[in-house]
Formats: sequence, structure tokens, C-alpha cells
Amino acid sequence: MDFQIALFLAQDGITGGAIYALLALALVLVFSVTRVIFIPQGEFVAFGALTMATLQAGQTPATVWLLLGASAVAAVIELWRQGRRGSLATTGWRDAAKLLLYPAAVVALTLALPLADLPNIVRVALTLAIVVPLAPLMYRLAFQPIAEAPVLVLLIVAVAVHVALVGMGLVFFGAEGTRTEAFSDASIAIGPLDISGQQIWVVAASAALILALWRFFSATLYGKALRATAVNRNGARLMGFSPVFAGKLTFLLAGLIGTLSGVLIAPITTIYYDTGFLIGLKGFVAAIIGGLGSFPLAAAGALLVGLLESFASFWASAYKEVIVFTLIIPVLLWRSLTSHHVEEE
Amino acid sequence: MTIKKCKIAMILSAALFTATQPAWADITVGVSLSSTGPGAALGIPEKNAVALMPGEIGGEKVNYIVLDDGTDPSAATKNARKLVTEDHVDVLIGSSVTPSSLAIAEVAVESATPQIAVAPINLPPEKNKWVFRTPQHNDVMAGALVAHMKQAGVKKLGFIGYSDAYGEDWLTSVKPLLDEAGITLTTTERFNRTDTSVSGQVLKIVASRPDAVLVVASGSPAALPQTALKERGFKGQIYQTHAAANPAFLKVAGAKAEGTIMPIGPVVVVDQIPDSHPSKKVAGEFVAAYEAKYGAGSFSSFAGHAYDAYHLLAAAVPAALEKAKPGTAEFRQALRDALESSKDVVGVHGVFNMTPDNHFGMDERGRVLIRVEQGGYKLLPM
Repeated sequence: MDFQIALFLAQDGITGGAIYALLALALVLVFSVTRVIFIPQGEFVAFGALTMATLQAGQTPATVWLLLGASAVAAVIELWRQGRRGSLATTGWRDAAKLLLYPAAVVALTLALPLADLPNIVRVALTLAIVVPLAPLMYRLAFQPIAEAPVLVLLIVAVAVHVALVGMGLVFFGAEGTRTEAFSDASIAIGPLDISGQQIWVVAASAALILALWRFFSATLYGKALRATAVNRNGARLMGFSPVFAGKLTFLLAGLIGTLSGVLIAPITTIYYDTGFLIGLKGFVAAIIGGLGSFPLAAAGALLVGLLESFASFWASAYKEVIVFTLIIPVLLWRSLTSHHVEEE
Repeated sequence: MTIKKCKIAMILSAALFTATQPAWADITVGVSLSSTGPGAALGIPEKNAVALMPGEIGGEKVNYIVLDDGTDPSAATKNARKLVTEDHVDVLIGSSVTPSSLAIAEVAVESATPQIAVAPINLPPEKNKWVFRTPQHNDVMAGALVAHMKQAGVKKLGFIGYSDAYGEDWLTSVKPLLDEAGITLTTTERFNRTDTSVSGQVLKIVASRPDAVLVVASGSPAALPQTALKERGFKGQIYQTHAAANPAFLKVAGAKAEGTIMPIGPVVVVDQIPDSHPSKKVAGEFVAAYEAKYGAGSFSSFAGHAYDAYHLLAAAVPAALEKAKPGTAEFRQALRDALESSKDVVGVHGVFNMTPDNHFGMDERGRVLIRVEQGGYKLLPM
């Protein structure tokens, strides 16, 4: 192995690491606010990438119908809830209609737009508009009713949601993978390295998103409120910050991060309906390195996972996954020896 | 519940129970395919092909029970056990990929039920007795590729394959043939179906300076090493295996697939093979029927492998019916014997000649070499 190959591998590792970093951040965020280990995170990557690919093919992605269907279920639940409370006539119908307004608009927009000749940036926006709202809806349907359940129950529900979404992905997008068109075909040559425009996009967008999240959590009221919820849920509730709203906002952010990651990597690799799980799992390894609580450590861990994966695939490709996932064992050992964690429950 | 209601429930459930039992003497075919999970690209066309199988063989009605194993060997085992113990099937068909087919083989051998696997699995002789396969043995396919490499003057070959049984089987098939032809393997790399990058492996291959590269993968994942090799500026010949020959591979790899050579069953290029080819007629009819039902361009060679199971059964069942009634152990034994003595059975992928030692049965009539040209397949003269 010479210096040039090492450079290539590092470049590949950093691109992968940037995506894992985003997913790790989302996992840490969701876990610290809602205590949910967000297994379906990877599905947003796959759904984002495949929705984008379907739009580029000029077809209506089936995810819009999922959005409409999930919203309809949420609306029915709202009606039933208000019906039991006796407020059906006053606010019930209005609240239910409000839930359906946004998905109906997205469906109308998707059907009305000439999908085949849209500029790429509009397609990205449309993909985000379709896929991201699925995340808060997921929180409403699957996690909000059991928000106070133990971590293990939440984990099991997360696994169930993941399995259901993977199954839907197969029905929506078929078994074969797709690639999307690159955002730009430009490439920069630095010495022996040939960096493609898309790789720059991935790293730059990841860095920008991480910075934006950091600003959001340190400088905005909502960000601070989310952090407060992460530190002490009951305390935040006493201060008038609704944990339901915190949950929805967190899921919205996680969905945004996942979908954006999917849209970003779709031009450099082939995405299948079930690709998301493995990508999400590697993000999870990174999040574990950060102890599921620290954003900078998780980002550093993600970079480590990306580089390790890239170099392992050069030296011992047959054991690549083994090497990446074995990383978790020394980290867990070290963490369990050094930290004295007190269970809140 | 009153006693009367109880009785009604009992009668009803008894009636239901008998209704689900197949009528006596119908032939029951148990099918377990990977129509979801990582093997879905293979399992879905195979399931479609099963739906096209005629409902009658040799004057007997045939019931097909189709289950999905999700590309999971333990689910495949469960399916096979259910089919054998609850549905008393006469023959098992499946599964789509090597690991789950191996799982079904265990049940087939244990319960003395003939199995027609749709994946080219290798078994030790003592387990081989009840198991037959429709796809070409990897040796047959590898033989065609190595012959082409030799002709083209390839001296050094790079190898990148799935890190599963498919990659391993190909490596063991191709190695002795390469040694014989005087071709050396420069490096043996592995990757997974779900990998998002193979840059590391490809760098290593390109650094080892081979004349050609063999990619052992299936469907669209096979496009990942293909595109990575081209992006790294690899100029040599790229060979793919028959599992890559599907529309999704061509779509994902796009222009980077041009010039790739792969061995496949003649059914995939049925309109290009000479009229003298034994499979020309049946293959043409099947492709036409398949595309009429599932849309033009939907055909993939996997559907052909599944449908060949029907061709084998159609030839073997009449002989077995003479010996015993379906649903009995004697019938299963007779069916196995008849399958083993299949002679010149023409399927869509070629001609089967089974012997006690060879439960694959396909010879060189079961493969052709093609080159990808302008997003389509071009038959190469052999």
C-alpha cells in the first residue's frame, strides 16, 4: 500500500463517515429526548433516496400515499380521542381536517407537477416534503401512546416499525436497487486524488447540517427546550414544555437528517429498499462510541467507523463488517468500566 | 357457550379442516421462495413463474402451495417442515438463493421428499439423494468464461465476489479451471450485497494489475464493483456471472456495463439463439407467456429456473403415477427415482440429463456467452 492508495481510502472513508456522522447525531438526539433507540432511522435514508430516484424517473412515488394513509390514521385517532372527550363537535373535526391538510397538498403537488422535467433542486425539496413528515407521524402513531414505557418496550416497538417499513419499501420500490443522477458532474483533481462533486456535496452538507444543529441547540429557544427535555423530562414538563411536542420535533429533525443523507448518497452508491438498516447500524456504532449522549464524540466515532470500514475493505474485505462491528466491544468495555451510569427509572 | 353451540363449532371446524385438505390423489407441490428480503430480486420473478405453471400433470390435478421465506434459512426450514408435515407435499420446490435452499435440503433429506432447488447448491453425496437443481452448475458457467479468457489471452485475473456461499462456490468452481488454463488469480476480494462502497477492494484489484476481473454477484449489487472499476480507470475486460444478467444490473450500471461478458442460460437471448437449439421453442413460448402477463421486458432468467422445475416434474410425474398414488411415501420415492432418470428433458434454460451422480443435469447446451452492447445483450459465438 502506498501513499496514494491511502489517500483514496481516506477520501472514501471520510465520505462514508460524514453520512454515519449525520445518522449518529440523529440517533443520539432521538435517544436523549425520547429514550427511543431509533432503528427506523435507516429507512429514512432508503426512502429518501428511492423517492428521489422515482421522481427522477418521472413517476409518482408510493411514499406520498404512505404519507396520506398515515395522516388519515392519525386523523381517525384524533377524532376518536376527541369523541371520547366529548369535544368532537367543537374542535374534533377541525383538528382532524388540519392533520389531513398538509398531506393532501403534497399529494396534489406531486400529481400536478411535471415530474420528469423538474430541476433537481425542486425534486430534492419535494422528496423532503414527502418523506420527512413521515417521522413525526411515526412518533404520533407508534411512540406517543407509549412515551412513558421502559426503554426496552420502546426498542421493541422501534424494531417493529423498522420491519414494517422495510416491508413497505419492498412493495413501493421493488427489490432492485437504483442510483440517482449526481447533483453536479464536476470533479476537482488535488494531486493524485480525483474528488467528485458529489463527495464534496456530501461532506459539505454534513458539516453544514452539524453546524446548524449545533446552532439550533445552543442558540434557539426550541433547541434549548429539547436539550432541557433530554436532561430532565419531568423538569422540562414543569417548565411548560410539552414532551409530546418535543418528541414530534425530535422525530422531525431525525427524519430530515435521514432523508437528506439518503438524497446525498444516492448518486454515489446503489440504494436498495433495505440498505438503510446497515447504514443506520453503522451510525449506531458511532453513536455508541459517543455513549448515546455526546454529539461531538458521536461525530468523531462516525469518522472512525468510516475510515475503519474503508481501510478494512482494502486489507481484509471478507472481514470488513466483522471489523467494523467488533469495534463496539472494546468501546462498551471501556465505557462500562469508566462511567457510573445511574438508571433514571 | 352452550353444548349446542359447541357442537356447531366442532362440526364447522371439522368441515373447515377437511376443506383445506387437498382432495385425495391430487399432486401437492410445496414451494418456498425468497420473494422478500435480500433475495427478492430472484424470488419475485420465480414466484411469478410458479403462477404460470399448469394446474395439471399427466391427467392429475396439481396444487401449488407457495410460501415466502424472506431469504432467511431458518424461515425456509420452517416453511419446508410445515409443507412436509401439515400439507404432505409430494415435492418441494425452492428456494431462490443458496443458503435457504441448503436449509430446505436438510428437511427434504430427513423427510424423504424430493426437492427441486432453484439455486445451484452443492451438497455432500449422502445428502444429494433427494435434491435436484434447475440452474446450471457453476462449473458449466465457469467453464464457458475460462474458455473465453483463454481465447482472449488473459493471464492474470482479479476476483471480487459476494462474501457468501455464492461467491465461495464460484471461487471453488473457477480455481481448478483457471489453474488448468494457466491463468493466475492476482487477488481475491469480497463484498456484501448491501455495501455502499467497494473502493477499497477495487483499489487493491487495480493495484494488482490484472488483465481481466471476474465479478461474482447478482442483479443490481453486481453493478457496484463494475462501476467502481470503471471509475478507477480499469481498462481490462470485466466478466460477470449469470446472476448479474437482469434488467436492474443494466439499468444501474448504465454505460459502464458496456462490453461486459457473462455466461447465461439461452432463454435470456431466446430471439438470438439459432433455431436448431433444443430450447428455442419452449423458451420462446415461456418468455412470451411471461411478458404477456407481467409486462414487456419483465422477464429475467430466474423465472426460467423456476419454470424448469415444472418441466422436470412434467416429465417425471407420469412415470411415478404408474407406481404409486400421490400423497404417499411410495409416490415420493417413485418421483425421486423418475427425476433421477430424467433423460433429454427440454427446459427453457437447456436440456436436463440427470444421473445418480449428477443432480444438476445441464450440459453446455444450457449456457451461452453474451456481451453487453448498447444496453442490451449480444450473443457471442462460442
